[in-house]
Amino acid sequence: MCTALGRAFLIMENGIHIALSAELLGTLWGIPITNALVTTWASMALLFGLVFLLRRKIKLIPGRIQTAVEWGLEVVANYVEEALGSPERARRYFPLIATIFIFVLFLNELAFLPIFGSVGFFHGHEFTPLLRPGTADLNTTLALSIIAFLTIEISGILTLGVLKYGSKFVNFKAGFIGVLVGIVELIGNLARLISLSFRLFGNIFAGEVLILVISSFAPLLAPLPFILFEMFVGFLQAIIFALLTLAFIQIAVAEPHEAH
Amino acid sequence: MELEAAKTLGMAIAVGFGVLGPGIGLGILVSKALEAIGRNPEAAGKIQSTMYIGIAVTDALAIFALVVGFIIKFT
Repeated sequence: MCTALGRAFLIMENGIHIALSAELLGTLWGIPITNALVTTWASMALLFGLVFLLRRKIKLIPGRIQTAVEWGLEVVANYVEEALGSPERARRYFPLIATIFIFVLFLNELAFLPIFGSVGFFHGHEFTPLLRPGTADLNTTLALSIIAFLTIEISGILTLGVLKYGSKFVNFKAGFIGVLVGIVELIGNLARLISLSFRLFGNIFAGEVLILVISSFAPLLAPLPFILFEMFVGFLQAIIFALLTLAFIQIAVAEPHEAH
Repeated sequence: MELEAAKTLGMAIAVGFGVLGPGIGLGILVSKALEAIGRNPEAAGKIQSTMYIGIAVTDALAIFALVVGFIIKFT
């Protein structure tokens, strides 16, 4: 709500200012540093800090919090194993799925701290916030989506071999229809890059804009249900990203089905 | 028509028509899920989680329209 009040004050002065791309804060050896990048680095630092802090505290006979976390991870691990079939495949892909989920969840939910969007620099009348939700920048989501896409394709090639995996797309034996189906499959696979990144970016960015607009005319109490809704959306989108990556890996490592 | 007005109008039309399809799709999706739960209440957990996946994928199409609207208006 502090963010909402701060934004309302700025909106009264300048009108609603929606930035589709993350605002540039400076350059570091030629690489532009945007505020979403600062947030992503801060989240990574926080996550690493948590990991190193909690490493020593893992006991053989777990306390309550450790049991809860282990139970959660076990539920996800069982789901991954059920989806992929065999335990070694599950062990191979579980770290990526779990990391995607935890990282995206952290980036999405951290955005509701009061310092986001309200602490920043003034250039004359223009206000540049120092922190912006990490996933509200298409670059972050595109990077995650490229990682997922490469993992999916490479997992298919590793499990099936290049020729067998390629035969899913370039299929001269099944006749003319087969070639067309193969091309459609290929385009569908490439479209996953765009769909994964835009889904996450669109949901989080639209949530930001929604809260901005609500803050512009009723900043005191009205943003609250919307903020709660956006927290749920952030959680759901993290699950969806990880789940879809898992589903695509499952499709990629499956044997190509025989002619109909 | 000046550029700003055209941009606003373009965004409104893009988003308006863009969420039409996914809206109908979501309605059909959830109604079928509810029907399935009604016929087989034991499988409710599985049906629900698959429904959420379907909702997220269909929602994404509406989000694409929204993002295109933002791009029209703000760049």
